[in-house]
Amino acid sequence: MRTRHPISENLDSLIACRSCDLLLDRVIPPPGKVARCPRCHHVLISNKRNVIDNTLAGAISTAILMVAAIFFPFIALDEAGLHRDASVMDAIGAFADGWSAPLTIAVAAFIVVIPVTRAAALIYALLPLRLGKKPPSQAARSFRLAMALKPWSMAEIFIVGVAVALVKVTDLADVSLGPSFWAFSALIVVVVFENSTLCEWTIWRLLDPKRR
Amino acid sequence: MALAGPQETITAREAGLVSCDNCGTLEPLGSRAICTRCHATLHSRRPNSAQRVWAWLIAGIICYIPANIYPMLLTKTFGRVSEGTIVGGAIELFEYGAWFVAVVVIVASVVIPVAKFVVIAMLMFGVRYGSRLSAHRRMQLYEITEFIGRWSMIDVFVVAILTALVQLGFIASINPGPAAVAFALSVVFTMLAAQSFDPRLIWDTLEEPQARARR
Repeated sequence: MRTRHPISENLDSLIACRSCDLLLDRVIPPPGKVARCPRCHHVLISNKRNVIDNTLAGAISTAILMVAAIFFPFIALDEAGLHRDASVMDAIGAFADGWSAPLTIAVAAFIVVIPVTRAAALIYALLPLRLGKKPPSQAARSFRLAMALKPWSMAEIFIVGVAVALVKVTDLADVSLGPSFWAFSALIVVVVFENSTLCEWTIWRLLDPKRR
Repeated sequence: MALAGPQETITAREAGLVSCDNCGTLEPLGSRAICTRCHATLHSRRPNSAQRVWAWLIAGIICYIPANIYPMLLTKTFGRVSEGTIVGGAIELFEYGAWFVAVVVIVASVVIPVAKFVVIAMLMFGVRYGSRLSAHRRMQLYEITEFIGRWSMIDVFVVAILTALVQLGFIASINPGPAAVAFALSVVFTMLAAQSFDPRLIWDTLEEPQARARR
């Protein structure tokens, strides 16, 4: 056990870097600026304007675009009078036969279930704050869930996969893109926007019951 | 941002504090097991980080072998079946002249997975035995690895889309091969390995000589 150093008892005035554990005085940067750990340069606090608004906007647009992406045809193929179109559901079902069936569940989770769950969790946790109400009782849990699921939400990777698949089949047949493809593409923009505006530290502070 | 305390560097653990891995709340070390703000389990360092990382990493490497040996795609054109492995498919794309997509496929399904195995193993050896690379450089490698790992999933999605789309009966049909499952598992296991790694361990090895000197 290491010796205890004389540290101010007010833990609220301190912050520990999440990637190297360095203990620092908590200084909230001016709006639009980012505070980084001086040792490992990890972002500690990014004081973005309208964090709640932006995160909610991202979550709500994800939910809407996801509905469009699921129900409209995704991609269509024409060859020698044969027509076939595929929706996102067909892509999910691609592995449904035989031993690769568990992969169907994984693909469904990565491209639909997890992005939708994240959006729902964020809306549940943050919408009351936006409306000036108290955070709901499970707000911390659902925000935690949304953060934990972040790496497993792969809608934007799926879109790049579509682009690769398109190149592979263009010389085999005529391929056309459906509305769902564009919905998914818009989703990438939303995801990038959401990631660039979300400051976990700020949201955790807003959700903290002690500070309200 | 100013450093706390008179010492040049002091970590939360040295100060007898634990910062919640999830929401960043500071609590006195050992006073409670659950974070007051977000109800996550509190720990100063991720528990059994080394064991978990090695376990997931080895599982990921094992799955990567069948992913490359077995076919990813079973393509049937006019009754003839051809099997395409990951590397084979990329070579075919090169031959079509779609070199950009071929590069995307090679990077996503060969370069990134192999680089991830190497980087994670190197980080682990660095924590255990010290490394020639600076803590800074290792930190950058860790952040890149964590960020980029999910993108390897591209190939699995390509197989799913091709299978859903190319079902034109006798003319052409595409079905997934066993490698698709092995590859997906390899990507998931490697992501879990990267998530189990605690970046604080990189910096802990630096602190120890200083901490000893202070005592």
